Amino acid sequence: MMGRLSWAAIPFDQPVVMIASGTVGFVIVCVLALVTVKGWWPYLWREWITSVDHKRIGVMYILLALLMLVRGFSDAMLMRSQLALAAGHAHGYLPPEHYDQIFSAHGTIMIFFVAMPFVVGLMNFVLPLQLGVRDVAFPVLNSVSFWLTAAGVLLVNVSLVVGEFARTGWLAYPPLSELAYSPGVGVDYYLWSLQISGLGTLLSGINLLTTILKLRAPGMGYRQMPIFCWTALASNLLIVASFPILTATFAMLLLDRYCGFHFFTNELGGNPMMYINLIWSWGHPEVYILILPAFGVFSEVVATFSGKPLFGRRSMIMATMVICVLSFLVWLHHFFTMGAGADVNGFFGIMTMIIAVPTGVKIFNWLFTLYGGRVRFTVPIYWALGFMVTFVIGGMTGVLMAIPPADFVLHNSLFLIAHFHNVAIGGVVFGVMAGISYWFPKAFGFTLNERLGKAVFWCWFLGFYLAFMPLYVLGLMGATRRMQHYSNTHWQPLMLVALAGALLILVGIALTGVQLAVSIRQRERNRDVTGDPWNGRTLEWSTPSPPPAWNFSLLPQVDRADAFWAMKQQPGTTKDRNLKRTYETIQVPRNNPTGFFLAFCAVLLGFSLIWRIWWGAGLGLLGAIVVCLMQAWRTDGEIEVPVEKVAAFERLHGPKERAV
Amino acid sequence: MHAASPDRISPEATRTPSTSAMWLRTISMMSAATLLASCSDGVLDPHGPVGNAERVILYDSTAIMLAVIIPVIVLTLVFAWWFRARNKRARYRPDWEYSGRIEMIIWSIPALVILFLGGIAWTGSHDLDPSVPLEDSTAPLDIEVISLDWRWLFIYPHERIASLNRLVVPAGVPLRFRLTSTTVMNSFFVPQLGSQIYAMPNMVTRLNLEADRPGTFEGLSAQFSGDGFSDMRFDLVSTDAEAFQDWVNTTKTQGGVLDATTFEELARPAKNDGAQTYAQVSQGLFDSISSGHMAAVSPQRGQ
Repeated sequence: MMGRLSWAAIPFDQPVVMIASGTVGFVIVCVLALVTVKGWWPYLWREWITSVDHKRIGVMYILLALLMLVRGFSDAMLMRSQLALAAGHAHGYLPPEHYDQIFSAHGTIMIFFVAMPFVVGLMNFVLPLQLGVRDVAFPVLNSVSFWLTAAGVLLVNVSLVVGEFARTGWLAYPPLSELAYSPGVGVDYYLWSLQISGLGTLLSGINLLTTILKLRAPGMGYRQMPIFCWTALASNLLIVASFPILTATFAMLLLDRYCGFHFFTNELGGNPMMYINLIWSWGHPEVYILILPAFGVFSEVVATFSGKPLFGRRSMIMATMVICVLSFLVWLHHFFTMGAGADVNGFFGIMTMIIAVPTGVKIFNWLFTLYGGRVRFTVPIYWALGFMVTFVIGGMTGVLMAIPPADFVLHNSLFLIAHFHNVAIGGVVFGVMAGISYWFPKAFGFTLNERLGKAVFWCWFLGFYLAFMPLYVLGLMGATRRMQHYSNTHWQPLMLVALAGALLILVGIALTGVQLAVSIRQRERNRDVTGDPWNGRTLEWSTPSPPPAWNFSLLPQVDRADAFWAMKQQPGTTKDRNLKRTYETIQVPRNNPTGFFLAFCAVLLGFSLIWRIWWGAGLGLLGAIVVCLMQAWRTDGEIEVPVEKVAAFERLHGPKERAV
Repeated sequence: MHAASPDRISPEATRTPSTSAMWLRTISMMSAATLLASCSDGVLDPHGPVGNAERVILYDSTAIMLAVIIPVIVLTLVFAWWFRARNKRARYRPDWEYSGRIEMIIWSIPALVILFLGGIAWTGSHDLDPSVPLEDSTAPLDIEVISLDWRWLFIYPHERIASLNRLVVPAGVPLRFRLTSTTVMNSFFVPQLGSQIYAMPNMVTRLNLEADRPGTFEGLSAQFSGDGFSDMRFDLVSTDAEAFQDWVNTTKTQGGVLDATTFEELARPAKNDGAQTYAQVSQGLFDSISSGHMAAVSPQRGQ
């Protein structure tokens, strides 16, 4: 009846797990109780859970990512403290079977459930506003994408309490991830949660891509499109091209595990190398899916706070698109050490290095955007400068490892770990943090506390160097990744420094919470009444903060890049110009619970498949089909916002007289 | 090959210093220990031609890139600081967004660096191709490496002996490895000798290394392979030719026989629990494992 599920699946004998999950469970119960007692359910249901507004969905993506950052970072703290202890004859406090789950979960969560929702959330929130349109192309699909991601998140976290997570590393290389060597449910948790959230990501990619290609403000050609939209275009092209590879690869591994196929097994002609090639032909574009939008954020931030247009805009766009194409031609550099010949290794090494050219150009473009500017040292520019300094180091070590003979001694070492955290933290995390502090006032109508924002920056910045510079050295000393203990006690001092760095980052994460709380308390003082707190250049700053559900009461006319900056340079205020045009009724999509119900069915389906509860899987699948059919036959899709309401909103929140 | 640990503290250091002085001392001692250790361990302290060549590549390419990266970091900070909003002496150019000459230069600099490094990558991956035998007048020693769960088995096919978790080799003689795995992937890596290569089931990879002087070097698996992975470490003992011959002769008189039956026993998952040798190895054992014809190739791991 319950497949492989029994009480034995819950690790009552592991105090660390039980305490952690007990605490999380307690917090969840408390939150639910609070929401119930306060009567917030109708509000949450109406304004958030069933909302198809891209701004709300973007915010929910980022909240989800922040939550998962805490989870993924707890894993990081466990790993760092384990390695600080487990030197010489000591074996630390985490046995291998537990430690192996922790590093696998850390990688999986940080990439799929922190970095991805951060980036997708930012794109969701910003794209329609920058493009000067009222929503994404498919608003309901957008909600479905978010909720499928949330379903994946839920499954990953359930594995903490019920059963186990994969013990294979974050990419689950076969044959280790095959049934013969990983007979438990860990790999199944990994596969199904990523299949479900991966579907969400693919749908989101299609949605955002369509939005950029088909919906832009009147007059906005590609040449007038803001640079963040360009990077988002590249990123979503990569999502659409690469996520199907991931889904297909995982589907093959699932067939191996569930139906006795032999795609990647050791027997009957199975070939694990096929998986390694396939997973990296998704995996390398994935790197650029994450970093390109971060580059876009930095481009916006550096230009805005320098009070100048981006230097070399055409170069920047070209560099972005070159990276987009080249990212598909470098996957083999992840396994130079698997015995490919010299020609193959040499080719992929050089292709990888060529990506450093457009990336280098980008760095120089930001540099010359600063040149001749009037740089205001706000929190976003701190992140941008911190990024420029840090990212070039990560780029250097990356190019170093692109040289095959150098990779022969650095592959899988802690040097590699330091390298990709250097670009992931120094690039993606810094970019997302810059983006959050930059667009926060647009989303909520007040700016974040600057002092605490800078404190958060310094914690992350210094914490990063403390935590990962030692790892570069350790890698050169021969320390490899994923080890649960080590005999060479000379490594221990550096491991302790790395732990100190992780603790500093922990302080930074905690301060982010404090910053949010303090900023909310001080919201009246930091209220953004103009809609343009930073003297911005792109269209999102022409809307009130927060923008209405329909974003733009009048669709903006665009004839150049930095459209809003140009508008501000014209004589007269925006208000005067808007007076000359009359409002029309606006149609906005109606709330829709399809995404939420689909996520519910997806969790049921995934969980049942993991535990081989076949009736549950059937129920989940049937439920999903019914929900989709009901969505397909719905009759009322949109609500009309009458002219009077639009006009009234504009009178209240519309552009005020503003010194330009 | 570990550095002398700085655990002997000089008499002055035992006085009660102020807190800041103590911190300073701790930090300097830790960095000294780090530097010492990093110089005498790992890939920056190679003891063979492959490792030496790879270290040269590491140093050269880092130097080339630092020549660009350090100025970029400095310029970032200088530009940001000089053009700060409050600096009245800095000239504000709100519309400056294009300069053909600068664009030329900023595309050329990374392109030239990459042209140069690309050359290093291409020649390097040919010169240091792990599968190509080293150029040496001495005849190479053949060694077959089999990764087990979670131990390393080294077969000397010509000597027809085998050693578990301890690799004894003659110094100054090229080592010609063939590698495979019984179950999952591992990566065979002796940091102080240079290149690593994966050991993979049903496949044979090749690696050529050489130790240029006697010593003991730590070897490991660099690819995660399951619960016993952290203990998949072994000593590579490099000796002079005579001592090596002695070791071969002694080994031939001690230990059991390694054939299909004993191998099946050996291939069961177990943690690394020390070294062991085999006096005799049945012919073609490696080939039957690497071609997937051994029954023991895929023992189920327990739940």
